[in-house]
This record gives sequence, C-alpha cells and structure tokens, in this order.
Amino acid sequence: MQGTISAETQTRNANRDWLNAFVRKYAIVLIFIAMFIGMWILSDAFLSPRNLLNIVRQISVMGLIAIGVTMVIITTGVDLSSGSVLALAAVIAASLAQQADWHDVKYPGLQLPVIVPILAALLVGAACGWVNGALVAGFRIPPFIATLGMMTVARGFALLYSNRPVSGLTDTYNFIGQGELFKVIPVPNQPPMGLPIPIIILAVVAVGAHIMLNNTRFGRHIYAIGGNEQAARISGLNVGRIKIGVYTIAGLLAGLAGLVLSSRIGSGQPGLGVGYELDAIAAAVIGGTSLSGGIGTIWGTIVGALIIGVLNNGLDLLNVSAYWQTIIKGSIIVVAVIIDERKNR
Amino acid sequence: MNNDAILVMEHISKAFPGVQALDDVGLTVRRGTVHALMGENGAGKSTLMKVLIGMYQKDSGTITFQGQQVQIPDTETALKLGISMIHQELSPVPYMTVAENIFLGREPLGRFGFIDKRKLYADTKALLDRLEIHIDPSAVMKDLSVANTQMVEIAKAISYDASLIIMDEPTSAITEREVAHLFRMIRSLQAQGVAIIYITHKMDEVFQIADDVTVFRDGKHIATLPASETNKNHLIAMMVGRELTNIFPKEEAAIGAVVLSVRNLTRKGIIHDVSFDLRRGEILGLAGLMGSGRTQVIEGIFGIESIDAGEISVNGNRVQIKSPADAIKHGMALLTEDRKLTGIMGVLPVRDNMMIASLQSYVSHGLLDKRRIEETCHREKGRLEIKTPHMNQTIRLLSGGNQQKVLVSRWLLTQPDILILDEPTRGIDVGAKAEIHRLMCKLAQEGKAILMISSELPEILGMSDRVLVMHEGRVGGEFIRQEATQETIMRAATGNTQLVA
Repeated sequence: MQGTISAETQTRNANRDWLNAFVRKYAIVLIFIAMFIGMWILSDAFLSPRNLLNIVRQISVMGLIAIGVTMVIITTGVDLSSGSVLALAAVIAASLAQQADWHDVKYPGLQLPVIVPILAALLVGAACGWVNGALVAGFRIPPFIATLGMMTVARGFALLYSNRPVSGLTDTYNFIGQGELFKVIPVPNQPPMGLPIPIIILAVVAVGAHIMLNNTRFGRHIYAIGGNEQAARISGLNVGRIKIGVYTIAGLLAGLAGLVLSSRIGSGQPGLGVGYELDAIAAAVIGGTSLSGGIGTIWGTIVGALIIGVLNNGLDLLNVSAYWQTIIKGSIIVVAVIIDERKNR
Repeated sequence: MNNDAILVMEHISKAFPGVQALDDVGLTVRRGTVHALMGENGAGKSTLMKVLIGMYQKDSGTITFQGQQVQIPDTETALKLGISMIHQELSPVPYMTVAENIFLGREPLGRFGFIDKRKLYADTKALLDRLEIHIDPSAVMKDLSVANTQMVEIAKAISYDASLIIMDEPTSAITEREVAHLFRMIRSLQAQGVAIIYITHKMDEVFQIADDVTVFRDGKHIATLPASETNKNHLIAMMVGRELTNIFPKEEAAIGAVVLSVRNLTRKGIIHDVSFDLRRGEILGLAGLMGSGRTQVIEGIFGIESIDAGEISVNGNRVQIKSPADAIKHGMALLTEDRKLTGIMGVLPVRDNMMIASLQSYVSHGLLDKRRIEETCHREKGRLEIKTPHMNQTIRLLSGGNQQKVLVSRWLLTQPDILILDEPTRGIDVGAKAEIHRLMCKLAQEGKAILMISSELPEILGMSDRVLVMHEGRVGGEFIRQEATQETIMRAATGNTQLVA
C-alpha cells in the first residue's frame, strides 16, 4: 500500500520536476507569448503582418549588436562601445557610398563599388573590437573600463570624421537597409510585402552565431572561459586569443549594424546608435545571459530583443507616454536579472 | 587545577558534508599559559579554533570561558568575551593604513561621530611602541613586507586586550629575529595572565614556548600533557600514529624509463632547487605540510606560474613550458587541488566539463562532431561510473566525487603520459576515493607516470612507489616505498631528519 503511494508520489514529483525545469528553461519564451497575446487583445493594429514585420525590422540593428554582446557577456565581459562603433562604421561606410554628383560629397569624383563601403564598415567595427579585446586580454583592463574608453573614443572619431550627416548614398547601398526579398507576404488591398533585408541579415547572423557557439571548438571555449577562466587556462585554452576573438566579432557585428542602419535611413550620422549598447545588453540579459558568465544563448537574446521590440511597439500603439515606456523597460530588465540570479542559486 | 582554567571545551563535535571534522573533542587551557595545539593537516585544530571564535557553529558540546558557560554565535561575541585570534591566512585591507587596519570596526570617534584620526594614530603608536614593533602607524598595509604584515596582525590581536589569544601558525611568514620578538611578547602577555593557544607544525617552537601540549588526529583528541613530559619523537608518533584503516588497492606496475625529469626548479622565495625524476608506471607521492611548496612545484612544471630557474625534460628532451597549453602538448595533465576554484566550470554541463581539454580531436570540417562527443561521454560515464542523470546536467549539482571523476575523465581524454594529481581524493566520499585509487593503479599499469600530491599520509604511503617530501620549499627527503613510514615522512616534513628514533 505504502509502496504504491510513494510510487505515485514519485511520478508526480518527477512530473513536477520536469515541469519546473521546462518553465525555468523557457520562462522567457512563455513571457514573450503572454505579452504577444496581451498586445493582440489590447490593440487591433498589433497583429497585422506590416506591424509584425515592423517590430522585427526595428530590432534588427540592435539585435545584431546584442548577438555580439551576448558572446562577450558569456566570457564574463561586457561591451559598452557598440553604439559608438556603429556610428563610426556608419559615417565611414556612408562616405564611401556617396553618389559622385551629390552636392555635399566627402570625396569628390569618387564612385566605388558597393562592396567597398560594406567591407569598410565591417573592418572598422572589427578593428575597434580587436582593440577592446587587446586591452582586456593583453593589458588586463576590466572590460567595463576598456569598452567605456572605446565608447567615447569611437564617438569622438565619428564626429571628427564628419560632424554632419553623410547623405546622398547610392541606391545599391540603400538597398541593404531598405530593400525586400521574397515578396510573398499578403497584405490586404496592397501588393504583397517581402522580407526586409535587415531581418534576413539578422536571421543569418543569428543562425551562424548559434552554430558557432554550439558546434565549434571556439564556441565551446567561449563558454568554458566564462564558466571558469582559471580552469579553462589549465585545460590548455589560449584564453587571451579567444577573448580577443570574441571582442573582435562583437565589434564586427557593431560595424555591420552601422552598415544596416545607415543604409536604412539613407545617411551616415555621427550621432547614430546612442544607447544601443544598453538595449543590446538588456536584450541579452532578458534572454537569460548571465553577467557572471558561462550562460547564455543566441535564441534567448533574440527573444529578449523581441520582447523589447514588442514592448516598444505595443506601448506606442496603446499611446503610453514615452516616459512610462522607459520606466517599464528598466523595471523589466531588473526583474529579469532577479529571476536569473535566483535560477543560478 | 581546573579552577585556574580559563577555557574548558568539552564534547565538541562538528561535521561537514562527508567529513567528521571534530569528534567529541575537549580542550582545557590554563590561565597565563601557552598551550600548543598540534596535529597533521586536517586533524581538526583550525576547525576547533574556528568554533571557539564563532566562525563555525559546533554541532554539540559545551564551551566554558572564565567559569561561565558561553554560546559564541559570531566573532564579535568572541572578541567581547576576550578571545582574539591571529589567523594563518593574513587578511589585511591592503589600501588602508596600519592604524586603520588595527582599529577596523572600533575606530575611536570624536565630535559629531567622525573618526578621531589623531587618537587613532596616537593609540596605534602607543600600542606598537609598547610591543616594540617598529612600524609607522600611517604606512599603507600593501607596502609592508609579509613579515611586517604578520606583526601588525599580531599587534591587532593583542590590542583587543583579550584574555585568550589564539595564534594559528604565527611564525609561518616571519624570520627568526621576529620569532624571538614574538616569543618575548608572548612571555609578557603570559605574565599579565593572558592565555595563548599556539598552533604550529614546528617542533622546536613547542619546546621553547609551550607549557602544555594537546595533540589532535583525524578530528579526535589524542592526548594533553605538559611539554616537559614529552619529546619530539613522542609527539610525532602521537600525531601520525593512526592505523591504516583505509585499504589501498595498490598493485604492482612495471616501472620503466624516466618520462619527466625536473632539475633545480626554483621560484624565488617560494621553492628552491627542486629536482626529481618520474618514471613510466610509477606513482610518485609528493608529501609535505601545508605551505611547504608542493603545489607551487607543480604550478611551475605545468606552466601556470613562471619559474626563475631550472630545467624540465620530457622523455629525455629538454622542454620549455610557458603555459598549461605547452604542458598539455608535452603529454602532461593536471588535476588541480581546488576543484571549485580551478577545476570545474560550475555552471556548464557535465559534457563541456569533460570534453573541454580535448575538443580538437572531435572537429570535422570546422564543426564539432556531436555524435562522437556524445559517444565518448557515455563511454567515459560508464568507464568511471559517473553518476549523473544526463550529460546536460549542470556539473555543480553533482557530488564532489562525481565532479572529480568528470575532471579525471577530462584529463584522460587528452591521452597524457604524465598525470599530475593534486589532492585527488580531497573532500570526496570513501567509495569514490577507492575508485580513484583503483583507477590510478590501472593507469600506472598502462604505463602512465603519476605524480600525486596528498596531505593524507596513509594515502601517500598506500599508493606511492616512492615518496618525495617537501619542507620549506625544498626537497626535505626522498624515500622508496619500503623505507617510507609515517614517522620518517613526518620528520622530513618538519625538518627533523637528523633525529634518531
């Protein structure tokens, strides 16, 4: 008799454990779904394909940065420079993508193939990231300080390079941020919509980053360093080189974000991306990346970014004041970290 | 005799997960005497003292201090009662001054509740002058030498005007001149009726300064007797005289050519001229007391810390080892002493913890071959009998023994020739311990060379083909299995090699 009861209890306990584990692991997804349904009920405009695509397009720039920042945070670092690096990459790339006959052209008579500004944006970003990594790994400067320095320096260089917007960009360049592919999404009373290219870029980068983190040696080494740097070193990992690699990738993605943003708005501006690094960190943290290192996923970060996107969009649709929006966003970040801390106890 | 007892501790027990640190022990200290507390590493001395000053809570037993039965829930209470302690590990606040360190938490306050700096420095100066310690009260702690830092700690402990001062290896960091100075201070404290509990490994000091001696072993009280009624050999015998209760499955392995050869390894001020050979199939035990430089030797060999001088050869070829990666390349593996600090990656799954050092063998077309990794994990899980529900389990949630097996497996997967095991069975349960010992024998039979550090003499004696004993950063003795006994090792470890039994 007693045996039966305890067996039943055991099954029940096992089920409960499984449920607990499931809820813990996918809590963030459940929250996202709940928010999504909430907005759907509260606002008629929310669930239109146009609005949904808008949300994703709005987060695509910040999402790129957040993917790099996630990797950095997994190593127990942080990157505060991404917003500024974005701006520097944007002005430099834009200046190489201007129409030759534009009235305010930075390099008169220069007409380069579109690949040049693209590579320039990536290169500028990667170079800034490499410097961050070298400061952190080589000079053992705390990541917070090293990237804070880069945040100011890169912004200064962006302003030095051009103190006014670099506009009059070629159509091919602008296509990167404004174009659409696969025009099959039906919209009532209008021609079908396509997938905005920024969304495609974000998706490709996210999948690539996910595979890198989970299926390559480099990716597992990133987690190992965050899990226990000393143990990783004793296990034969070249911790310095790996860290430099991670910061370089984060910089490269900030450069890519600068490319996407400048082409979407059709101009490179030195004031772009202010505060993006904080939204990116927020997305990573809401998505379950642990600031103590070793824990974090790309899909979590993307869901985190989507939560921020849905929140911004939904609160706009509901006419909530911008002041309240920042208060709500800030509170959600703090709550996410509290949940994360308890999970890791 | 009991009426002049300042402290009576009776029937004290304290257990940690997997270890009975104190088992029904007692300690009686007389007013105005120096009471030496002796025993091997892990005998329970420090644990008992931490119970006394409220850092640990006893599971059972009573403490009577100055004739009153007392409860000591925290160190503040202990200080109020008049018990202060000089800790073995110094913990100064590095960027504060000597005076601020000494009066930390009880700074003299002046008007409006501000700190009365003038009185702070005057009091400190008076204290240091009285103790004849010549250190500037306004010096910043981090600028002091280790010896002076130790003297400040001593002054601080005395400044509480405690009636009982615990000194845990107070001379480990200071020179002979300062030891003499410390002993003068102790005698003058004694004259004022202060009692001292003096923990040390150094036999000579015991007979110089102690009135009574208590010996602990394996968490048990062995004996208390006047220092005048004992001698060094008697004390050593009492400290180590335990029967070999653990059965060690040591099996003979064919001992082959020299694999690792270390010559004159030196890290300035830490280890000096350490030389030894390690052969294929051999288990070489590295013994020594805490702080004797055992771990520092292997840190130097494995490239964790840089060495100042010395040569390392692997299979007869001189090698340069600048990082753990170099050491691994030359076929070495290191299971570190502190599993949590330098071993496991706590938040990561068992799989990552197991595979991290050997991932390069599982890459095909730039990607990790997940299926082969999974196969390897399951094979290792079976081979080492690792108890984990699945490979995704966070390693922190496993028991110490299972964590250790995962780490052993991490290193075996690198297919090393030389296994360096630093305290391989510390803090794990008896069953897992025996499994690790059996595994070591098997590995030796497979021709691997094993260097094992252990603080447990029975483990050293039970497992080693040869024993190297460290003493104050040097090789203090070397014994083949047949010569090695608890007494000979303990003598070499305490620097008493010249003694005749």
